[in-house]
Amino acid sequence: MSPGRYKIFLGMAAGVGKTYRMLQEGQAERKAGRDVAIGYLEPHRREETSDQARGLEVVPRRPVTYRDVTVEEMDLHALLLRRPELALIDELAHSNPPGLEHRKRYEDIADVLAAGIDVFSTVNVQHLESLNDQVAELTGVRVRETVPDSVLGSADEVVLIDLTPEALVERLRAGKIYPGEAIDAALNNFFRIENLAALREVSLRQVAESVEAKRLTLETVEPLGTRREKVAAEVPKAVGERILALVRPQPSSQRLVRRAWRSAQRLGTELDLLWVKKPGAPIEGEVERQVTALRQLASVLGAKLLIEEHDDLVAAAARVARERGTTYLMVGESEPRRGFARLREPLPQRLMRATPPGVDVRIVAHRTNGEAEEGRRSSFPRNGGGKDERR
Amino acid sequence: MIEHALVGVALALGLGGGYLLARSRLHSRRRGSEAVHRILLPFTGTEISRRAVDAALRLARAEDAELMPAYLAAVPMRLPLTCSIPNQAAVAMAMLEAIEQRAAAQGVPVDARIERGRSYRHALARLLESEQVDRVVVPAGNGDGGEGLSGEDLIWLIEKAPAEVLILRPAPDDPLAPLAANSGRARAQL
Repeated sequence: MSPGRYKIFLGMAAGVGKTYRMLQEGQAERKAGRDVAIGYLEPHRREETSDQARGLEVVPRRPVTYRDVTVEEMDLHALLLRRPELALIDELAHSNPPGLEHRKRYEDIADVLAAGIDVFSTVNVQHLESLNDQVAELTGVRVRETVPDSVLGSADEVVLIDLTPEALVERLRAGKIYPGEAIDAALNNFFRIENLAALREVSLRQVAESVEAKRLTLETVEPLGTRREKVAAEVPKAVGERILALVRPQPSSQRLVRRAWRSAQRLGTELDLLWVKKPGAPIEGEVERQVTALRQLASVLGAKLLIEEHDDLVAAAARVARERGTTYLMVGESEPRRGFARLREPLPQRLMRATPPGVDVRIVAHRTNGEAEEGRRSSFPRNGGGKDERR
Repeated sequence: MIEHALVGVALALGLGGGYLLARSRLHSRRRGSEAVHRILLPFTGTEISRRAVDAALRLARAEDAELMPAYLAAVPMRLPLTCSIPNQAAVAMAMLEAIEQRAAAQGVPVDARIERGRSYRHALARLLESEQVDRVVVPAGNGDGGEGLSGEDLIWLIEKAPAEVLILRPAPDDPLAPLAANSGRARAQL
Protein backbone atom coordinates (compact mmCIF):
# COMPACT_ATOMS: atom_id res chain seq x y z
CA MET A 1 0.00 0.00 0.00
CA SER A 2 1.39 3.39 -0.93
CA PRO A 3 1.36 6.03 1.81
CA GLY A 4 -1.08 8.92 1.69
CA ARG A 5 -0.13 12.37 0.45
CA TYR A 6 0.72 14.90 3.10
CA LYS A 7 -0.05 18.59 2.81
CA ILE A 8 0.88 21.06 5.55
CA PHE A 9 -0.51 24.56 5.92
CA LEU A 10 2.20 26.63 7.58
CA GLY A 11 1.60 30.00 9.22
CA MET A 12 3.60 32.65 11.05
CA ALA A 13 1.15 32.88 13.96
CA ALA A 14 -2.28 31.96 15.19
CA GLY A 15 -5.07 33.60 13.26
CA VAL A 16 -3.51 33.81 9.81
CA GLY A 17 -6.09 31.38 8.47
CA LYS A 18 -4.34 28.00 8.30
CA THR A 19 -7.28 25.97 9.62
CA TYR A 20 -9.71 27.97 7.50
CA ARG A 21 -7.70 27.30 4.36
CA MET A 22 -7.34 23.62 5.24
CA LEU A 23 -11.11 23.32 5.62
CA GLN A 24 -11.68 25.29 2.43
CA GLU A 25 -9.51 22.88 0.47
CA GLY A 26 -11.18 19.94 2.25
CA GLN A 27 -14.56 21.23 1.10
CA ALA A 28 -13.27 21.57 -2.44
CA GLU A 29 -12.05 17.96 -2.35
CA ARG A 30 -15.43 16.80 -1.02
CA LYS A 31 -17.24 18.65 -3.78
CA ALA A 32 -14.92 16.96 -6.25
CA GLY A 33 -16.28 13.63 -5.01
CA ARG A 34 -13.62 12.55 -2.52
CA ASP A 35 -14.40 11.02 0.87
CA VAL A 36 -13.21 13.64 3.37
CA ALA A 37 -13.40 13.49 7.17
CA ILE A 38 -12.19 15.73 9.94
CA GLY A 39 -9.85 13.79 12.23
CA TYR A 40 -9.37 16.69 14.59
CA LEU A 41 -10.41 20.31 14.41
CA GLU A 42 -9.63 23.14 16.79
CA PRO A 43 -11.90 26.00 15.75
CA HIS A 44 -10.82 28.18 18.74
CA ARG A 45 -14.38 29.47 18.93
CA ARG A 46 -13.90 31.25 15.61
CA GLU A 47 -17.16 31.50 13.74
CA GLU A 48 -15.65 31.71 10.27
CA THR A 49 -13.74 28.51 10.91
CA SER A 50 -16.74 26.64 12.28
CA ASP A 51 -18.80 27.75 9.28
CA GLN A 52 -16.17 26.45 6.93
CA ALA A 53 -16.31 23.01 8.61
CA ARG A 54 -20.06 22.68 8.06
CA GLY A 55 -20.97 19.67 5.97
CA LEU A 56 -17.74 17.82 6.61
CA GLU A 57 -17.98 14.62 8.58
CA VAL A 58 -16.20 14.72 11.95
CA VAL A 59 -14.72 11.59 13.47
CA PRO A 60 -15.79 11.74 17.16
CA ARG A 61 -13.06 12.68 19.59
CA ARG A 62 -11.81 10.40 22.29
CA PRO A 63 -12.08 11.57 25.91
CA VAL A 64 -8.88 11.07 27.90
CA THR A 65 -8.56 11.72 31.62
CA TYR A 66 -5.21 12.91 32.86
CA ARG A 67 -4.61 14.25 36.39
CA ASP A 68 -8.35 14.44 37.03
CA VAL A 69 -8.94 16.52 33.94
CA THR A 70 -10.77 15.07 30.97
CA VAL A 71 -9.74 16.35 27.58
CA GLU A 72 -10.90 15.37 24.12
CA GLU A 73 -8.25 14.18 21.74
CA MET A 74 -8.14 12.84 18.22
CA ASP A 75 -9.26 9.22 18.10
CA LEU A 76 -6.59 7.65 15.93
CA HIS A 77 -8.12 4.20 16.08
CA ALA A 78 -11.57 5.46 15.02
CA LEU A 79 -10.05 7.49 12.19
CA LEU A 80 -8.15 4.47 10.89
CA LEU A 81 -11.35 2.38 11.08
CA ARG A 82 -13.37 5.09 9.30
CA ARG A 83 -10.67 5.18 6.63
CA PRO A 84 -11.57 8.29 4.61
CA GLU A 85 -9.64 9.17 1.46
CA LEU A 86 -8.59 12.46 3.02
CA ALA A 87 -8.32 13.31 6.72
CA LEU A 88 -8.13 16.89 7.99
CA ILE A 89 -6.07 16.98 11.19
CA ASP A 90 -5.47 20.34 12.82
CA GLU A 91 -2.37 21.35 14.86
CA LEU A 92 0.21 18.70 14.11
CA ALA A 93 2.56 20.00 16.83
CA HIS A 94 0.08 19.13 19.59
CA SER A 95 1.35 16.93 22.46
CA ASN A 96 -0.99 14.09 23.40
CA PRO A 97 -1.66 13.32 27.05
CA PRO A 98 -0.37 10.00 28.38
CA GLY A 99 -2.55 7.04 27.52
CA LEU A 100 -2.83 7.63 23.79
CA GLU A 101 -0.99 5.71 21.10
CA HIS A 102 1.65 8.37 20.57
CA ARG A 103 3.20 11.24 22.46
CA LYS A 104 2.75 13.73 19.62
CA ARG A 105 0.07 14.29 17.02
CA TYR A 106 2.51 14.30 14.12
CA GLU A 107 3.23 10.68 15.08
CA ASP A 108 -0.49 9.92 14.88
CA ILE A 109 -0.47 11.52 11.44
CA ALA A 110 2.41 9.28 10.37
CA ASP A 111 0.17 6.26 11.15
CA VAL A 112 -2.71 7.75 9.16
CA LEU A 113 -0.43 8.37 6.19
CA ALA A 114 1.00 4.87 6.47
CA ALA A 115 -2.56 3.55 6.18
CA GLY A 116 -2.76 5.15 2.75
CA ILE A 117 -4.97 8.06 3.85
CA ASP A 118 -4.13 11.55 2.56
CA VAL A 119 -3.71 14.16 5.29
CA PHE A 120 -4.06 17.92 5.43
CA SER A 121 -2.63 19.46 8.60
CA THR A 122 -1.55 22.79 10.09
CA VAL A 123 1.38 24.17 12.07
CA ASN A 124 2.87 27.49 13.07
CA VAL A 125 6.49 28.22 12.24
CA GLN A 126 7.58 28.65 15.87
CA HIS A 127 6.88 24.97 16.49
CA LEU A 128 9.71 23.89 14.19
CA GLU A 129 12.57 22.62 16.32
CA SER A 130 15.40 24.39 14.50
CA LEU A 131 13.60 27.74 14.66
CA ASN A 132 12.50 27.48 18.26
CA ASP A 133 15.44 29.41 19.75
CA GLN A 134 15.35 32.03 17.04
CA VAL A 135 11.63 32.62 17.40
CA ALA A 136 11.89 32.68 21.19
CA GLU A 137 14.50 35.38 20.98
CA LEU A 138 12.54 37.35 18.39
CA THR A 139 9.27 37.26 20.22
CA GLY A 140 10.16 36.52 23.82
CA VAL A 141 7.77 33.58 23.78
CA ARG A 142 9.13 30.05 23.91
CA VAL A 143 6.91 27.36 22.51
CA ARG A 144 7.11 24.04 24.33
CA GLU A 145 5.42 21.93 21.67
CA THR A 146 8.01 21.44 18.98
CA VAL A 147 8.20 19.18 15.96
CA PRO A 148 11.32 17.98 14.15
CA ASP A 149 12.02 19.84 10.92
CA SER A 150 11.91 16.50 9.14
CA VAL A 151 8.12 16.53 9.58
CA LEU A 152 7.92 19.54 7.30
CA GLY A 153 10.53 18.00 5.01
CA SER A 154 8.48 14.83 4.67
CA ALA A 155 5.35 16.66 3.48
CA ASP A 156 4.48 16.39 -0.18
CA GLU A 157 3.28 19.98 -0.17
CA VAL A 158 3.84 22.90 2.18
CA VAL A 159 1.46 25.81 1.73
CA LEU A 160 2.38 29.08 3.40
CA ILE A 161 -0.62 31.00 4.63
CA ASP A 162 0.71 34.50 4.39
CA LEU A 163 -0.81 37.64 5.80
CA THR A 164 0.78 41.02 6.39
CA PRO A 165 1.40 41.82 10.07
CA GLU A 166 -0.93 44.81 9.75
CA ALA A 167 -3.76 42.66 8.38
CA LEU A 168 -3.27 40.11 11.16
CA VAL A 169 -3.37 42.80 13.83
CA GLU A 170 -6.52 44.13 12.18
CA ARG A 171 -8.10 40.67 12.42
CA LEU A 172 -7.07 40.46 16.05
CA ARG A 173 -8.59 43.86 16.83
CA ALA A 174 -11.81 42.82 15.11
CA GLY A 175 -12.08 39.90 17.53
CA LYS A 176 -11.61 37.30 14.81
CA ILE A 177 -8.74 35.54 16.57
CA TYR A 178 -9.23 35.80 20.33
CA PRO A 179 -12.23 36.79 22.43
CA GLY A 180 -12.48 40.43 23.53
CA GLU A 181 -10.81 40.11 26.94
CA ALA A 182 -7.64 38.59 25.47
CA ILE A 183 -7.13 41.08 22.64
CA ASP A 184 -5.24 43.77 24.54
CA ALA A 185 -2.87 41.28 26.14
CA ALA A 186 -2.16 39.69 22.75
CA LEU A 187 -1.55 43.07 21.13
CA ASN A 188 0.90 44.03 23.84
CA ASN A 189 2.79 40.77 23.81
CA PHE A 190 3.06 38.34 20.94
CA PHE A 191 1.07 40.24 18.32
CA ARG A 192 3.34 43.24 18.03
CA ILE A 193 4.00 44.35 14.46
CA GLU A 194 7.78 43.86 14.82
CA ASN A 195 7.31 40.32 16.17
CA LEU A 196 4.94 39.43 13.37
CA ALA A 197 7.19 40.93 10.71
CA ALA A 198 10.11 38.85 11.98
CA LEU A 199 7.99 35.72 12.13
CA ARG A 200 6.71 36.34 8.64
CA GLU A 201 10.27 36.58 7.37
CA VAL A 202 11.17 33.32 9.11
CA SER A 203 8.11 31.58 7.62
CA LEU A 204 8.78 32.81 4.11
CA ARG A 205 12.40 31.69 4.31
CA GLN A 206 11.39 28.31 5.70
CA VAL A 207 9.01 27.63 2.84
CA ALA A 208 11.52 28.89 0.27
CA GLU A 209 14.05 26.43 1.67
CA SER A 210 11.57 23.64 1.68
CA VAL A 211 10.71 24.31 -1.98
CA GLU A 212 14.39 24.46 -2.86
CA ALA A 213 15.05 21.15 -1.10
CA LYS A 214 12.16 19.51 -2.90
CA ARG A 215 13.33 20.85 -6.23
CA LEU A 216 16.78 19.41 -5.58
CA THR A 217 15.49 16.01 -4.64
CA LEU A 218 12.95 15.76 -7.43
CA GLU A 219 15.17 17.05 -10.21
CA THR A 220 15.98 14.62 -12.97
CA VAL A 221 19.55 13.63 -12.46
CA GLU A 222 20.42 12.23 -15.83
CA PRO A 223 22.98 12.73 -17.16
CA LEU A 224 25.04 13.51 -14.04
CA GLY A 225 26.71 16.44 -15.70
CA THR A 226 26.31 19.52 -13.57
CA ARG A 227 27.38 19.84 -10.01
CA ARG A 228 23.81 20.46 -8.87
CA GLU A 229 22.74 17.20 -10.41
CA LYS A 230 25.58 15.41 -8.67
CA VAL A 231 24.51 16.92 -5.37
CA ALA A 232 20.94 15.80 -5.96
CA ALA A 233 22.14 12.30 -6.66
CA GLU A 234 24.58 12.12 -3.77
CA VAL A 235 22.46 13.64 -1.05
CA PRO A 236 18.87 13.04 -2.06
CA LYS A 237 17.61 13.53 1.48
CA ALA A 238 19.52 16.72 2.24
CA VAL A 239 17.27 19.55 3.31
CA GLY A 240 19.04 22.80 2.50
CA GLU A 241 22.67 23.49 3.27
CA ARG A 242 24.84 22.64 6.25
CA ILE A 243 28.12 24.26 7.14
CA LEU A 244 31.07 22.67 8.92
CA ALA A 245 33.89 24.94 10.06
CA LEU A 246 37.24 23.41 11.04
CA VAL A 247 38.46 25.27 14.10
CA ARG A 248 41.38 25.14 16.48
CA PRO A 249 41.40 26.31 20.07
CA GLN A 250 42.98 29.66 19.36
CA PRO A 251 41.64 33.22 19.00
CA SER A 252 42.15 33.33 15.23
CA SER A 253 39.46 30.65 14.86
CA GLN A 254 36.87 33.14 16.05
CA ARG A 255 37.03 35.00 12.78
CA LEU A 256 36.41 31.78 10.92
CA VAL A 257 33.46 31.05 13.19
CA ARG A 258 32.06 34.52 12.57
CA ARG A 259 32.32 34.08 8.80
CA ALA A 260 30.82 30.63 8.95
CA TRP A 261 27.98 31.79 11.16
CA ARG A 262 27.13 34.70 8.87
CA SER A 263 27.03 32.35 5.93
CA ALA A 264 24.84 29.97 7.93
CA GLN A 265 22.51 32.84 8.81
CA ARG A 266 22.26 33.93 5.22
CA LEU A 267 21.51 30.42 4.06
CA GLY A 268 19.23 29.85 7.03
CA THR A 269 21.13 26.69 7.82
CA GLU A 270 22.87 24.98 10.70
CA LEU A 271 26.49 25.39 11.66
CA ASP A 272 28.81 22.75 13.06
CA LEU A 273 32.27 23.52 14.41
CA LEU A 274 34.85 20.76 14.41
CA TRP A 275 38.14 20.59 16.24
CA VAL A 276 40.23 17.55 15.37
CA LYS A 277 42.38 16.93 18.41
CA LYS A 278 45.52 14.85 18.39
CA PRO A 279 44.88 11.62 20.32
CA GLY A 280 46.10 11.86 23.88
CA ALA A 281 46.88 15.57 23.72
CA PRO A 282 45.82 17.08 27.03
CA ILE A 283 43.22 19.84 27.16
CA GLU A 284 44.76 22.13 29.74
CA GLY A 285 46.07 25.65 30.24
CA GLU A 286 45.60 27.97 27.27
CA VAL A 287 44.07 25.18 25.15
CA GLU A 288 41.44 24.56 27.79
CA ARG A 289 40.68 28.26 27.99
CA GLN A 290 40.26 28.52 24.24
CA VAL A 291 38.12 25.38 24.05
CA THR A 292 35.87 26.86 26.71
CA ALA A 293 35.67 30.09 24.70
CA LEU A 294 34.78 28.16 21.55
CA ARG A 295 32.15 26.16 23.41
CA GLN A 296 30.69 29.38 24.78
CA LEU A 297 30.65 31.00 21.35
CA ALA A 298 29.00 27.94 19.82
CA SER A 299 26.32 28.03 22.49
CA VAL A 300 25.65 31.75 21.92
CA LEU A 301 25.33 31.17 18.18
CA GLY A 302 23.29 27.98 18.42
CA ALA A 303 26.09 26.08 16.68
CA LYS A 304 27.38 22.66 17.65
CA LEU A 305 31.00 22.19 18.68
CA LEU A 306 32.32 18.73 17.87
CA ILE A 307 35.64 17.51 19.22
CA GLU A 308 37.08 14.48 17.46
CA GLU A 309 40.28 12.69 18.42
CA HIS A 310 42.10 11.66 15.29
CA ASP A 311 45.60 11.65 13.85
CA ASP A 312 44.40 12.61 10.41
CA LEU A 313 42.56 15.92 10.19
CA VAL A 314 41.37 15.31 6.63
CA ALA A 315 39.98 11.83 7.31
CA ALA A 316 38.19 13.03 10.45
CA ALA A 317 36.74 16.08 8.71
CA ALA A 318 35.56 14.00 5.76
CA ARG A 319 33.88 11.49 8.04
CA VAL A 320 32.11 14.18 10.05
CA ALA A 321 31.07 15.97 6.83
CA ARG A 322 29.55 12.74 5.57
CA GLU A 323 27.77 12.00 8.83
CA ARG A 324 26.40 15.50 9.28
CA GLY A 325 25.32 16.00 5.67
CA THR A 326 27.66 18.97 5.27
CA THR A 327 27.47 20.94 2.04
CA TYR A 328 30.06 23.63 2.90
CA LEU A 329 33.38 23.11 4.61
CA MET A 330 35.10 26.24 5.86
CA VAL A 331 38.74 26.29 6.88
CA GLY A 332 41.14 28.98 8.02
CA GLU A 333 44.17 29.92 5.98
CA SER A 334 47.04 27.50 6.60
CA GLU A 335 50.33 28.64 8.08
CA PRO A 336 53.11 28.97 5.47
CA ARG A 337 54.49 25.50 4.80
CA ARG A 338 58.11 24.86 5.57
CA GLY A 339 60.55 22.04 4.97
CA PHE A 340 59.14 18.70 3.89
CA ALA A 341 55.60 19.97 4.42
CA ARG A 342 55.99 21.80 1.10
CA LEU A 343 55.99 18.49 -0.69
CA ARG A 344 52.59 17.64 0.70
CA GLU A 345 49.35 18.45 -1.09
CA PRO A 346 47.71 21.56 0.43
CA LEU A 347 44.93 20.99 2.97
CA PRO A 348 42.02 22.37 0.87
CA GLN A 349 42.87 20.03 -2.01
CA ARG A 350 43.11 17.05 0.34
CA LEU A 351 39.79 18.00 1.90
CA MET A 352 38.14 18.32 -1.48
CA ARG A 353 39.35 14.90 -2.49
CA ALA A 354 38.28 13.27 0.76
CA THR A 355 34.83 14.81 1.19
CA PRO A 356 31.71 13.79 -0.79
CA PRO A 357 31.34 15.44 -4.22
CA GLY A 358 28.66 17.88 -3.12
CA VAL A 359 30.84 19.58 -0.51
CA ASP A 360 32.38 22.98 -1.26
CA VAL A 361 35.55 23.98 0.54
CA ARG A 362 35.98 27.62 1.39
CA ILE A 363 39.11 29.22 2.83
CA VAL A 364 38.76 32.15 5.17
CA ALA A 365 41.90 34.25 5.05
CA HIS A 366 43.68 35.56 8.11
CA ARG A 367 43.15 39.21 8.63
CA THR A 368 46.18 41.19 7.51
CA ASN A 369 47.21 44.56 8.89
CA GLY A 370 45.32 47.49 7.56
CA GLU A 371 42.91 45.65 5.34
CA ALA A 372 39.94 43.43 5.66
CA GLU A 373 41.05 40.34 3.88
CA GLU A 374 38.15 38.53 2.37
CA GLY A 375 37.57 34.84 2.12
CA ARG A 376 38.75 32.82 -0.80
CA ARG A 377 36.91 29.94 -2.17
CA SER A 378 38.64 27.03 -3.74
CA SER A 379 35.71 25.20 -5.12
CA PHE A 380 32.64 25.51 -7.26
CA PRO A 381 30.43 28.57 -7.14
CA ARG A 382 27.08 28.07 -5.47
CA ASN A 383 23.89 30.10 -5.58
CA GLY A 384 25.44 32.57 -7.94
CA GLY A 385 28.51 33.07 -5.78
CA GLY A 386 29.68 36.14 -3.91
CA LYS A 387 31.68 39.07 -5.11
CA ASP A 388 34.70 38.05 -3.09
CA GLU A 389 35.04 34.65 -4.60
CA ARG A 390 38.27 33.96 -6.36
CA ARG A 391 39.30 30.70 -7.84
CA MET B 1 88.88 6.36 11.61
CA ILE B 2 89.54 9.80 13.12
CA GLU B 3 87.31 11.29 10.48
CA HIS B 4 84.49 9.00 11.52
CA ALA B 5 84.96 9.92 15.13
CA LEU B 6 84.94 13.63 14.26
CA VAL B 7 81.73 13.21 12.26
CA GLY B 8 80.20 11.32 15.19
CA VAL B 9 81.20 14.03 17.66
CA ALA B 10 79.91 16.75 15.33
CA LEU B 11 76.61 14.92 14.95
CA ALA B 12 76.26 14.44 18.69
CA LEU B 13 77.07 18.12 19.31
CA GLY B 14 74.61 19.17 16.64
CA LEU B 15 71.81 17.02 18.01
CA GLY B 16 72.53 18.06 21.60
CA GLY B 17 72.71 21.73 20.64
CA GLY B 18 69.49 21.48 18.66
CA TYR B 19 67.74 19.85 21.58
CA LEU B 20 68.93 22.52 24.02
CA LEU B 21 67.96 25.31 21.64
CA ALA B 22 64.47 23.86 21.10
CA ARG B 23 64.02 23.44 24.86
CA SER B 24 65.09 26.99 25.61
CA ARG B 25 62.72 28.33 22.93
CA LEU B 26 59.87 26.29 24.35
CA HIS B 27 60.61 27.63 27.83
CA SER B 28 60.82 31.21 26.66
CA ARG B 29 57.53 30.78 24.78
CA ARG B 30 55.89 29.44 27.91
CA ARG B 31 57.31 32.29 29.96
CA GLY B 32 56.05 34.68 27.30
CA SER B 33 52.53 33.29 27.41
CA GLU B 34 52.45 33.66 31.17
CA ALA B 35 53.50 37.28 30.86
CA VAL B 36 50.77 38.19 28.37
CA HIS B 37 48.64 41.10 29.51
CA ARG B 38 45.02 41.14 28.66
CA ILE B 39 42.91 44.27 28.32
CA LEU B 40 39.19 43.81 28.55
CA LEU B 41 36.92 46.10 26.56
CA PRO B 42 33.31 45.33 27.50
CA PHE B 43 30.53 46.92 25.51
CA THR B 44 26.83 46.63 24.78
CA GLY B 45 24.40 47.75 22.10
CA THR B 46 25.12 48.60 18.50
CA GLU B 47 27.77 51.27 18.99
CA ILE B 48 30.92 51.63 21.00
CA SER B 49 32.93 54.71 21.76
CA ARG B 50 35.71 54.98 19.21
CA ARG B 51 37.70 56.80 21.87
CA ALA B 52 37.48 53.81 24.17
CA VAL B 53 38.50 51.40 21.42
CA ASP B 54 41.47 53.55 20.46
CA ALA B 55 42.53 53.97 24.08
CA ALA B 56 42.36 50.23 24.63
CA LEU B 57 44.35 49.63 21.45
CA ARG B 58 47.00 52.22 22.43
CA LEU B 59 47.38 50.56 25.82
CA ALA B 60 47.53 47.12 24.27
CA ARG B 61 50.25 48.21 21.88
CA ALA B 62 52.26 49.95 24.56
CA GLU B 63 52.08 46.96 26.89
CA ASP B 64 52.33 44.28 24.25
CA ALA B 65 48.97 43.07 25.47
CA GLU B 66 46.07 41.22 23.97
CA LEU B 67 42.76 43.01 23.55
CA MET B 68 39.66 41.20 24.67
CA PRO B 69 36.60 43.01 23.31
CA ALA B 70 33.56 41.49 24.98
CA TYR B 71 29.97 41.98 23.94
CA LEU B 72 27.66 41.80 26.94
CA ALA B 73 24.28 40.29 26.13
CA ALA B 74 21.29 40.51 28.44
CA VAL B 75 19.11 37.39 28.27
CA PRO B 76 15.51 37.91 29.46
CA MET B 77 14.43 35.89 32.50
CA ARG B 78 11.87 33.97 30.47
CA LEU B 79 14.67 32.37 28.42
CA PRO B 80 17.35 30.05 29.77
CA LEU B 81 20.68 31.75 30.31
CA THR B 82 22.38 29.23 28.06
CA CYS B 83 20.02 29.68 25.13
CA SER B 84 21.36 30.81 21.79
CA ILE B 85 20.83 34.48 21.02
CA PRO B 86 21.12 34.82 17.25
CA ASN B 87 19.82 38.38 17.03
CA GLN B 88 22.15 39.77 19.66
CA ALA B 89 24.93 37.63 18.25
CA ALA B 90 24.43 39.25 14.84
CA VAL B 91 24.98 42.68 16.40
CA ALA B 92 27.92 41.41 18.44
CA MET B 93 29.57 39.81 15.44
CA ALA B 94 29.44 42.99 13.40
CA MET B 95 30.81 45.04 16.31
CA LEU B 96 33.60 42.57 17.03
CA GLU B 97 34.52 42.47 13.36
CA ALA B 98 34.80 46.28 13.31
CA ILE B 99 36.97 46.29 16.44
CA GLU B 100 39.12 43.46 15.12
CA GLN B 101 39.72 45.32 11.88
CA ARG B 102 40.87 48.33 13.81
CA ALA B 103 43.08 46.19 16.03
CA ALA B 104 44.57 44.36 13.05
CA ALA B 105 45.52 47.68 11.49
CA GLN B 106 47.56 48.42 14.62
CA GLY B 107 48.96 44.92 15.00
CA VAL B 108 47.15 44.19 18.26
CA PRO B 109 46.11 40.58 18.87
CA VAL B 110 42.45 40.09 19.69
CA ASP B 111 40.63 37.37 21.59
CA ALA B 112 36.95 38.32 21.55
CA ARG B 113 34.08 37.12 23.70
CA ILE B 114 30.30 37.28 23.82
CA GLU B 115 29.06 36.86 27.36
CA ARG B 116 25.47 36.28 28.44
CA GLY B 117 23.91 37.39 31.68
CA ARG B 118 20.57 38.39 33.13
CA SER B 119 21.77 41.98 32.95
CA TYR B 120 24.84 43.66 31.51
CA ARG B 121 26.36 43.74 34.98
CA HIS B 122 25.67 40.05 35.47
CA ALA B 123 27.27 39.27 32.11
CA LEU B 124 30.31 41.33 33.05
CA ALA B 125 30.56 39.59 36.43
CA ARG B 126 30.46 36.20 34.72
CA LEU B 127 33.14 37.29 32.31
CA LEU B 128 35.42 38.56 35.06
CA GLU B 129 34.93 35.27 36.89
CA SER B 130 35.99 33.17 33.93
CA GLU B 131 38.74 35.31 32.42
CA GLN B 132 41.87 36.81 33.92
CA VAL B 133 42.36 40.38 32.79
CA ASP B 134 44.88 42.99 33.82
CA ARG B 135 42.94 46.05 32.85
CA VAL B 136 39.37 46.96 31.97
CA VAL B 137 38.71 49.83 29.60
CA VAL B 138 35.08 50.77 29.65
CA PRO B 139 33.31 53.56 27.85
CA ALA B 140 30.96 55.49 30.11
CA GLY B 141 27.40 55.78 28.84
CA ASN B 142 28.00 53.51 25.88
CA GLY B 143 25.40 51.29 24.36
CA ASP B 144 22.37 51.77 22.29
CA GLY B 145 20.37 54.77 23.38
CA GLY B 146 21.88 54.82 26.85
CA GLU B 147 21.12 51.16 27.46
CA GLY B 148 24.71 50.27 28.26
CA LEU B 149 26.43 50.03 31.61
CA SER B 150 24.87 52.46 34.03
CA GLY B 151 26.72 54.68 36.50
CA GLU B 152 25.94 52.14 39.21
CA ASP B 153 27.36 49.37 37.09
CA LEU B 154 30.58 51.33 36.70
CA ILE B 155 30.84 51.91 40.45
CA TRP B 156 30.26 48.19 40.94
CA LEU B 157 32.96 47.46 38.38
CA ILE B 158 35.49 49.67 40.16
CA GLU B 159 34.73 47.98 43.45
CA LYS B 160 34.66 44.39 42.24
CA ALA B 161 36.92 44.07 39.21
CA PRO B 162 40.18 42.28 40.05
CA ALA B 163 41.99 44.62 37.66
CA GLU B 164 42.64 48.27 36.95
CA VAL B 165 39.58 49.99 35.55
CA LEU B 166 39.79 52.84 33.08
CA ILE B 167 36.50 54.61 32.43
CA LEU B 168 36.45 56.82 29.38
CA ARG B 169 33.97 59.53 28.67
CA PRO B 170 32.96 59.24 25.01
CA ALA B 171 33.19 62.30 22.82
CA PRO B 172 29.76 63.44 21.58
CA ASP B 173 30.13 62.11 18.07
CA ASP B 174 32.59 59.29 18.24
CA PRO B 175 30.59 56.09 18.14
CA LEU B 176 32.17 53.22 16.27
CA ALA B 177 29.35 51.52 14.45
CA PRO B 178 30.03 48.31 12.60
CA LEU B 179 30.09 49.91 9.18
CA ALA B 180 33.21 48.16 8.12
CA ALA B 181 31.86 44.84 9.21
CA ASN B 182 28.61 45.39 7.36
CA SER B 183 30.36 46.18 4.15
CA GLY B 184 32.44 43.08 4.68
CA ARG B 185 29.27 41.14 5.15
CA ALA B 186 27.94 42.31 1.84
CA ARG B 187 31.13 41.34 0.08
CA ALA B 188 31.43 37.99 1.73
CA GLN B 189 28.14 36.53 0.60
CA LEU B 190 28.31 32.86 -0.24
